[in-house]
Amino acid sequence: MPDQFIFAMEVTLNGLMTGVMYALVALGFVLIYKASGIFNYSQGVLALFAAMTLVGIQEGRVPFSHLINAIFGTEVHHMPWNSVPGFLAILLTVVVMIALAWAIQRFVFSHLVGQEPIILFMATIGLAYFLEGTADLMWGSEIRTLDVGLPQGINTAIDETTYGWFGYGFFIDNLDIVATLVAAVLVAALVAFAQYTKQGRAMRAVADDHQAALSVGVSLNFVWILVWSLAGIVALVAGIMWGSKSGVQFSLSLIALKALPVLMLGGFTSIPGAIVGGLIIGVGEALFEFLVGPMIGGATQNWFAYVLALLFLVFRPQGLFGEKIIERV
Amino acid sequence: MFYREAGDFKTSYAEDNQTFPIKFDRYRYYVVLAVAVLIVPFVINDYWANSLLIPFLIYAIAAIGLNILVGYCGQVSLGTGGFMAVGAYSTYKLMTAFPWMDMVSVTLLSGLITALVGVLFGLPSLRIKGFYLAVATLAAQFFLVWLFNRVPWFYNYSASGQINAPERTMFGMAVTGPNAEVWVKYLFCLFFVVLLAWLARNLTRGSIGRQWMAIRDMDIAAEIIGVNPLRAKLTAFAISSFFVGVAGALLFSVYLGAVEVGEAYGINKSFLVLFMIIIGGLGSIFGAFAGAAFMMLLPVFLKIVGVDMMGWPADIVAHFQLVIVGALIIFFLVVEPHGLAQLWRLAKEKLRLWPFPY
Repeated sequence: MPDQFIFAMEVTLNGLMTGVMYALVALGFVLIYKASGIFNYSQGVLALFAAMTLVGIQEGRVPFSHLINAIFGTEVHHMPWNSVPGFLAILLTVVVMIALAWAIQRFVFSHLVGQEPIILFMATIGLAYFLEGTADLMWGSEIRTLDVGLPQGINTAIDETTYGWFGYGFFIDNLDIVATLVAAVLVAALVAFAQYTKQGRAMRAVADDHQAALSVGVSLNFVWILVWSLAGIVALVAGIMWGSKSGVQFSLSLIALKALPVLMLGGFTSIPGAIVGGLIIGVGEALFEFLVGPMIGGATQNWFAYVLALLFLVFRPQGLFGEKIIERV
Repeated sequence: MFYREAGDFKTSYAEDNQTFPIKFDRYRYYVVLAVAVLIVPFVINDYWANSLLIPFLIYAIAAIGLNILVGYCGQVSLGTGGFMAVGAYSTYKLMTAFPWMDMVSVTLLSGLITALVGVLFGLPSLRIKGFYLAVATLAAQFFLVWLFNRVPWFYNYSASGQINAPERTMFGMAVTGPNAEVWVKYLFCLFFVVLLAWLARNLTRGSIGRQWMAIRDMDIAAEIIGVNPLRAKLTAFAISSFFVGVAGALLFSVYLGAVEVGEAYGINKSFLVLFMIIIGGLGSIFGAFAGAAFMMLLPVFLKIVGVDMMGWPADIVAHFQLVIVGALIIFFLVVEPHGLAQLWRLAKEKLRLWPFPY
């Protein structure tokens, strides 16, 4: 087999894995959009916030320590205990994310019920800035490494097997494999939750029609807090994966921007769409960079996804799996 | 008392249709203009010009441009930074390719080039709407920045990848380059601000502006009453990009002087200008000015209060700035979705009836 083809296969595989990571972020968007019609730009910052909180708790830092020190001239940095085990830290972070979901609903979106979608979208941009600033104030803005015990590095089994087949070992990161598994479990769990539990049914009812759901006694407020909590937890998972991969830092919040073309491609309202869109974008940009990138100067990942989504939308404005857009006067 | 229509009789259509129908408003406008042209250039100093006045004027142009697209025509764009970069790089190429050309023509031509690029990226708006369009404009943002970074022709094969504005003069005084005096830069920017604000104000009052607003309020209904959506949307993209391009050109040639595209025209610029028009008020020319002033004043104010008065470290103040900007945006959207311009409008309504509100 020609070398070029084998390389392309490896690139494709890695692209698929990256695609799963994009899909993880996109999932959070879809959840909120379906249930409340809010296009949540702050999803990426939620992931950053979750990852920073997780690292902060794990390392036993005092929240807002910089600020406290600056105002009162004290020198507090760490809690009496020095570190918290990963599992407990994750649980605590989940609690923080749920509290955050409540606060967001209570202080922002309960005041914006019935506003135009574009106003809600802009509110989430404001929220993104607010959360980013808060996260930096709470935990400081240095780059942190996140380690909750996920395996990392090259997967030797795949390397050896493929070496046996093609005479060339594929480089697949263990972390990407874990991410794929986690994403699969997460999607299955979300689907099961939405299909088979009472709260899940309420969620779907609200997604279908707010007023009809209200009239049969579903609490909108509760459902929205639930949805924001779920989005927060999805953000936490995405934050753990991306944080383990490339460190916890500001650029983590930019993956939200990468998830946007995924959403456009898959459709804003479809969970399978988020997954398929993520895979297409992941493979597409990896292959494009591999095949065409060297000819036109490289670093095409920055824009390829957007242009692909843009061209695609011109032919199918609602995305692959989105609901057909019907407009009436 | 003095803010009244009573006794101010209109005797012609022209008077009835004027931009400032109330006498006080009209005089206020002339006074502001006179102060800006006749007094400010003589008292201006480097610090205030560079940290406040010149960026305010430049961003006001960008905000007016984006407001035409988002506030008047309802097409959300996150590609402002990319279009500003088009203006900047067109200016650079024009300045270096035609050294004899004067800066006003260069800036206006850069605006026209940006308008063409804007129309190109506006084409999908005919099929794509709402959020999908907002995300699609991100394609423009990232693609354009990448293009200017990677294609050496745009930065004349310079080793650093930066572009530097060479010195150009108007009436014998340097406008760009390191030797330019601040008051010349200030007047040069002010000229464009006055010209373009006047243009925008009159465009939005005229038939094309009404078409934009019809498209914004409901595009299908607008189509049924005879508005051509192709024409309305593309003109909005073209004119908005023209303004944004001029702002990008001025930001590069007059204000910054040397530019690295990813830093100066990144996605943050797009959001900055978007925030200006949200806080200032969507669909209002005054709002664009108010928003630009607000977003320029806030960092200066926070720096004075936080760093100089309270003695906090600069990074904490920078984080606070994010928190405050975010909170303010949410606050404005909750309390007053139409921004500072609406507060201004309400104040004027109150003034008209004062002191007998019944």
